[in-house]
Amino acid sequence: MVRLGALAVGLFFCIAVLWGAVQPRDAVPVDPVKEAHQYPEKITWSHNGPGNLGILGTFDRGQLQRGFQVYKEVCSACHGISLVAFRDLSALGYNEAEIKAIAAEYEVPSIDENGEPSTRKATAADKFPPRYANEVAARAAQNGANPPDLSLMTKARPDGTNYVRSLLLGYRDEVPASLKASAPEGLWYNPWFHSVFIAMPPPIAADGQVTYTDGSPQTKDQYAEDVAAFLTWTAEPKLEARKETGVAAVLFLLVMTGFGFLSYRRVWADIKGKKAKA
Amino acid sequence: MASGTQLPVDDGHALPPEGERRRDFLHVASASVAAVGAGAVVWPLVNQMNPSADVLALASIDLDLSAIQPGQAIKTSWRGKPVFARHLTPAEIEAANKVDVASLRDPQSLADRTKPGNAQWLITLGVCTHLGCVPLGAGQGESRGDFGGYFCPCHGSHYDTAGRIRKGPAPLNLNVPDYVFKTPTSVTIG
Amino acid sequence: MSFPWARQYQPTTEFGKFMDSRLPLPRFVYGALGAGYPTPKNLNYFYNFGVLAGVALVIQIITGVVLGMHYAADTRVAFDSVEHIMRDVNGGWMLRYMHAVGASFFFGVVYVHIFRGLYYGSYKPPREVLWMLGLVIFLLMMATAFMGYVLVWGQMSFWGAAVITGLFSALPIVGEAIQTWLLGGFSPDNATLNRFFSLHYLLPFVIFGVIILHVWALHIPGSNNPTGVDVKGPQDTVPFHPYYTAKDFFGLGVYLTIFAAVVFFIPNSLGEPDNYIPANPLSTPAHIVPEWYFWPFYAILRAFTVDFFFIPAKLMGVLAMFAAILLLFFLPWLDTSPVRSNAYRPLNRALFWVFLVVCLVLGVAGGKPAEEPWVRLSQIFTAYYFAHFLIITPLVSRFEKTLPLPSSISEAVLAKYGNGPSSSPGTGVGGAAPQPAE
Repeated sequence: MVRLGALAVGLFFCIAVLWGAVQPRDAVPVDPVKEAHQYPEKITWSHNGPGNLGILGTFDRGQLQRGFQVYKEVCSACHGISLVAFRDLSALGYNEAEIKAIAAEYEVPSIDENGEPSTRKATAADKFPPRYANEVAARAAQNGANPPDLSLMTKARPDGTNYVRSLLLGYRDEVPASLKASAPEGLWYNPWFHSVFIAMPPPIAADGQVTYTDGSPQTKDQYAEDVAAFLTWTAEPKLEARKETGVAAVLFLLVMTGFGFLSYRRVWADIKGKKAKA
Repeated sequence: MASGTQLPVDDGHALPPEGERRRDFLHVASASVAAVGAGAVVWPLVNQMNPSADVLALASIDLDLSAIQPGQAIKTSWRGKPVFARHLTPAEIEAANKVDVASLRDPQSLADRTKPGNAQWLITLGVCTHLGCVPLGAGQGESRGDFGGYFCPCHGSHYDTAGRIRKGPAPLNLNVPDYVFKTPTSVTIG
Repeated sequence: MSFPWARQYQPTTEFGKFMDSRLPLPRFVYGALGAGYPTPKNLNYFYNFGVLAGVALVIQIITGVVLGMHYAADTRVAFDSVEHIMRDVNGGWMLRYMHAVGASFFFGVVYVHIFRGLYYGSYKPPREVLWMLGLVIFLLMMATAFMGYVLVWGQMSFWGAAVITGLFSALPIVGEAIQTWLLGGFSPDNATLNRFFSLHYLLPFVIFGVIILHVWALHIPGSNNPTGVDVKGPQDTVPFHPYYTAKDFFGLGVYLTIFAAVVFFIPNSLGEPDNYIPANPLSTPAHIVPEWYFWPFYAILRAFTVDFFFIPAKLMGVLAMFAAILLLFFLPWLDTSPVRSNAYRPLNRALFWVFLVVCLVLGVAGGKPAEEPWVRLSQIFTAYYFAHFLIITPLVSRFEKTLPLPSSISEAVLAKYGNGPSSSPGTGVGGAAPQPAE
């Protein structure tokens, strides 16, 4: 009985699904967006460690500070990093007084002595205030676009660190012929963006746009690389602790497993030993 | 992989021979390493209950004293507890200094409880040392008790102008938190 | 437990005797996981995965309980509370990565455990209830994992919740009402998040309870083994402790090493980047996919693209997805071959490997966008999935010619190494080892 029922149910599902399989497929036109879309260019990062494998590696503090400078002078015009607290900046090598000074450049919501909403200077304990109070305000100010918060950007996109760098350097004037007709008004062509047309105007426009004080090259390439490294830190501030702990944990577990293997062999010796003699 | 199946023939009973000392060292070593590993895992599980970084960031606060007139006090919050900052008048300082320290339940002079050169600034926790109520006396028009300092309404503890316990059930003076003067009129508590 | 030659617990200390006559917990453990459980002596490494699954559950419960101390189940702050754990809580990043990666590893281990059971016929009499309890655990795991994924309240959490609860809306008449009831509203929102948190906290303990039943049911007939032949006597078994405790400890070390490498070096490799974007009910991700361990079932769901007579395609997909799991409950009565292990069933063994490949391809297809060639591949392989269990297996078990069985485990082991009595059961015994090359 069970098997007869099974046969019936099996035939039911098989026929139903194969009926779909034999339907003719509509010819899928080549999607010009897919054709034009580019995957991030992979480059070497100090936080990826030897061989760029991602197993070891530490952040380059100087690069993070430069990246923070690029963020502050360029990106922060439209994008927040609202999950990052000013106190976190100590990981970039800033001391307490410097952090206090940076925080004081920002205003955060508060309540004045009359209970009315007002603002006060941020302290080290505060987080970076969001650039816009809400999405509606952002879209109103940005021509309908909503600049995303950048705190987690490098984790929120595939191959995020390389993606941010490629995107920033990816603006092209030459729109492919296949896309010319559908190019939306007011958007910029950037094949590294998922839809290849992005609302963000090229943020890094020219060499020398940001003045570095540590003698690093002031090129668009350098700016993009530095800010991508900085955003990798904002997305994963515990990256270094994670890798250090990981090395210790894996080495320890290998030792434990080794002992476990020897114990296992020893326990089974009286049973397996006879096989060896045989 | 196949080692798990490399088995012999006739030894079914396979009880480990008792008292075979040779194998002991390895098993003790394995168990020890495992115990160390378990200990290493327990620590993060315990430590995650300690205050997190954002809580610790608020563990010290800056307090501006410049707006407090002599005779007045303000209440603020530090680590979730009330803090009283009081600007003593010369008369109050004199009253506090006149008391014979040896006669007190918790013997401390005003100088012990303030910073050198800043005897007019009395900064204490607003937590009665009896059972943890918030004493009165910091707000405008609140009772300051029999000794002109603070008065805890819960069980009637009276504190003097140096925040010392003078009458009532509380065993100790109002606690003075750690603080330092950053400028003549501002302090960092904690 | 049920073997007469099982060693009996004998308390040696005064305290042991005191406890044994009042709460004989040591006796219970001794019989379940100690020297009092006679275990076939020819188990291979695939038999480690049951214990590993238990450890994986314990890791999930421990990390989950401590994460629950910091997580806030409120749509306004849920996403930020997860980031609070990642950034500010002491060691929170490690606990959260262990929990997220641990879910994937739990499923990986359980899948190996299930396929081991399929290969060696561990679902066959007298272990039908054991098999079905395992499937109950698997279903509970799926529910728990799905709801846990929603708690993050990222884009994929939100849209996963919308899509999965939307499956129920395919049911005729009552579907919409069921979806609304599940969500506590008309789209995933605060009510949804709160009930998912509550159930996500509860279900692992239910799983734990079912595991106790699963182990109980295991101890009645005792463990199956790669030959599938019943234990005949004491010469076929060894005490679980120290033989298999030592082997499981070694296996656990290997497992934890791989687990730690993923947690600490590539913790996000098994997840979707979209879930690092806060949930936005007004914007759908370009490509909604569940976590990898649901991909085969997701492929089956999407394989039904045309209406079948009066049944809409959507309903067919939903029915098929649930049927794909539920039919496993009937497997002990679909496969009626008296031979358990595929080592002695050459035809069924070949079909087992075909089935494994089908599941893997369905898995890959489930993770891809609904485009050709993946849709058609899913359809053909979905058909095989159902045909395998419902049509092919009953036929094969009736008509196939099996190889001669060894008369006992000990004899099979002897034959394998060619140093035993001459009554060799034949070459097929080599299949007792699970390598596909054989």
